Formats: sequence, structure tokens, C-alpha cells
Amino acid sequence: MIEVVDLHKSFGELKVLKGINTDIKKGEVVCIIGASGSGKSTFLRCLNLLEEPTAGHIYIDGLPIMELGKDINKLRQRVGMVFQQFNLFPHMTVIDNVTLAPIKLKKMSSEMAQEKGIALLRKVGLIDKDHVYPNQLSGGQKQRVAIARALAMDPEIMLFDEPTSALDPEMVGEVLQVMKQLAKEGMTMVVVTHEMGFAKEVGDRILFMDEGIIAEEGTPEEIFKSAKQERTRAFLSQVL
Amino acid sequence: MSFLVDIYKILSDAIYINLIKEDRYLLFIKGLGVSLKLTIYAAILGIIIGLLVALARMTKNKVLNKIALLYIDLIRGTPAVVQLVIIYYAILGSSSLSKIGVASVAFGINSGAYVAELVRAGIQAVDKGQMEAARSLGFSYGQSMGYIIIPQAVKNILPALVSEFIVLLKETAIAGYIALDDLTRMGDIVRSRTFDAYTPFIVVALIYLYVTSILTYFLGKLERRMSVSD
Repeated sequence: MIEVVDLHKSFGELKVLKGINTDIKKGEVVCIIGASGSGKSTFLRCLNLLEEPTAGHIYIDGLPIMELGKDINKLRQRVGMVFQQFNLFPHMTVIDNVTLAPIKLKKMSSEMAQEKGIALLRKVGLIDKDHVYPNQLSGGQKQRVAIARALAMDPEIMLFDEPTSALDPEMVGEVLQVMKQLAKEGMTMVVVTHEMGFAKEVGDRILFMDEGIIAEEGTPEEIFKSAKQERTRAFLSQVL
Repeated sequence: MSFLVDIYKILSDAIYINLIKEDRYLLFIKGLGVSLKLTIYAAILGIIIGLLVALARMTKNKVLNKIALLYIDLIRGTPAVVQLVIIYYAILGSSSLSKIGVASVAFGINSGAYVAELVRAGIQAVDKGQMEAARSLGFSYGQSMGYIIIPQAVKNILPALVSEFIVLLKETAIAGYIALDDLTRMGDIVRSRTFDAYTPFIVVALIYLYVTSILTYFLGKLERRMSVSD
């Protein structure tokens, strides 16, 4: 579903990604782990071109997304993204946050979007919060609204950029629970995370990134129990 | 007792010759009208110029960028009264535009530079993540600006914009330099007829204060309303 070929990204002189190659299959849950500065968030942000890669190729369903030009907006409708800082629209109520994109981009009727939005909010465990503003929600609630907002576009792929890193510890669980549910339903997910427990339990495949490359990849079993590389073991011994 | 009577007589004489004799209060009213008109025209022009210059300042086009920056530096680095006189004599003095037209253009150009920086600061104060979230949903740059960024920026900009127009109203007091009969110049005209330097200008000052107080009152209300959904 996603094919990444020799992807490079530099910020000026600084080379952040130095040749990433991987394939992500439909329905797969891929967790990207690694130290800060290893390039994992940059890699994720390249997948919907929030960062423009310096070189290489990315194909989504065979579509070379780096050559799309303005059509990238169409593609982004099929790829949902959840951010560390939630990035809810503070000037809109929760339900408007969720329904804005379907109404404006998919020309969905307001009633249909509302109905669907309420259903999605129920799915992420937020009933009766549809008409409050984001600033009245806790971090965990905000992140669940952000997930509902992304899901409202019926994406085929969901990207998660450290979705629980900005949360108080007691709220991490409720967000991970929603993500687990999504994984169970067969959503294709790419998750940059520091939650090793989640990666172990939900991930189909773990990518360990270090210094701009995928240093090691494998099933959670392979990575967490019998990592081949010294640096993978060193990283895991620090975080576990 | 006779002391109070004296004060009363001095005051009533001053008010009589400066305001009532020959219907001089009409001059102040006319002057206020000119000042307000000038402020409104200049404000509208200032907003239009300010928006365009702010956009020019934020595009990736280097030439537009440089021009916008030059304009802002030029206007902010020179006195408004000098700009007014230059525009009046050198640029528009020979055209068929009325004096108030010329002054509106001059003050509009002046105000535009300040508005441009307000608008730019207001837009850039919106968190970067807002644009990313909007783009990640599939909105184009323009749609993201329209639905997400601008509505939030307006909240940042509006109070500062009203402040700018309060400043602008007071700034128009120099319009007399090009012989435009605004409020301040009317004060001067009355002074030249009554030979009383205090009363006309105290009246002028009180009128300015009254109008700016009204604007400040609305500014306060606006600021409270804008902070509700923060």
C-alpha cells in the first residue's frame, strides 16, 4: 500500500533521512521507534508530504506522490494524521472540528456529516462533548477528537506522530485504547511512538530508526526479544 | 464672592466669543466631520494596502518581499507629516484630487505600513500546527487560510487594528499642514479671530478625547468578546 524507495531528507546541511526503504501492506500496523533525532517523525511527515523529501520515491497504491503537484490535496484526504500536539481548531466546537473536512472537501450534507461525526465521537468514547470547544477538554479527550476528525474523511491509512507524548500519564491509556480498536478493525497504521508496550502488543512490525536510516526491522518478537544489532539492544535497554 | 463672579464672567465671555459668536461652534463641528471622514477613508485604504503588503511580505516571491519590506521601512522610518507634505506637493498636488482625497491617500499609505505588520504578526501568531492539521486533512493552502488560519488571526488582529485607528484619528491633526480644514485647524482658525489661544484648543482637545474614549470603550468590549473562546 505504501512503498518507500531510498528516501532522503535534508534541512539545509543537516541530513535527517539517509535512504529509507520499506513497504507497508494494507491492514498492517507499523510502529516506528528510536531515539529523539533519529528521523522517525520526519519520515512519517514525508509520507503525506508535510515535509518535502529531498530525494527518493514514495508510492501510495502505486501513485508516485512526490510527482502529484496540486493533486497532493486529494491524496491527503485518504491519509489521516494525528499529531503530538493535537492541533484541534480552537475556534470551532468539537463537532465542527470533525465535520469541517467532510462538508467542505467531500461535499457531504451537513446533516449526514453531523450524524457521522456523532457516531465517530461515540466510537472514541466522547458522548455529549460535541458542542464544547477544545479548550474545555483534557489532553486525552483532545487527542481522541483529533482521531475522530481524521477518521471523518474515511482514510485508508492513518499516521500517528507520537500521539501520546504530550499527554499526562493517566490519559495515555484512553488514547491507546482507541488506537488498538482501530488496529483491530484493520486500519493501515504507521505509528511513531515511545510506548513500547503498545508497539509490542499492537504492532505487526517494528522499525527501529537510528541516524536517519532503518537500522533494524522485524516483528515485535524479533525486535524486543532478539534484536540482532547492538544499537537496537542499547536503545531498548534504555527505554524498557 | 466677587472673585467667583469674575471667573464666571471670564468663562462665559470665552465661551461666547469662541463658540457662540458668529456661530463658531459650527466650525468645530465641521472640522470634526472632516477629521472623521479623513480617518475613515484612510483606515479603509490602510486596511486594503495593509492586507496586500502583508501577503507580499509572506509569499516566497523574493522581489515582492523586498518591495513590501522597503515600503514598510520607508513609511515607519519617516515622520507622517513629512510624508503628507511630500505626497501633497510632489505627487498629488498637481492632480485633480481634492485636499481631503490627497490627505486620505497619504494617511492611508502611512497606516497601511502599520496595518501590514499587524496582519502579518496576527497570522504568524497562529500556531504552525493549525496549518499542518488543515493540510493533512486535504485542504489546499488557500482553504486552510480561509477556514482555519484567518478566522484565528482576526482575533489576534482586530483589537490592535482598532488601536491603530485611534492613533490614526489623532495623527490626522497634522492635516492642517496642507491647509485641510480638519478639527485642529479649525481650532487655529478660531484662535486667529478671537486672539484666545486656550479656549479653542481646549475645546479641540476635549472633542478628540470624547471620540477616542468612545472608540476605546468599544475596543475594550471587543477584546473581552475575542477572548471568550480562547
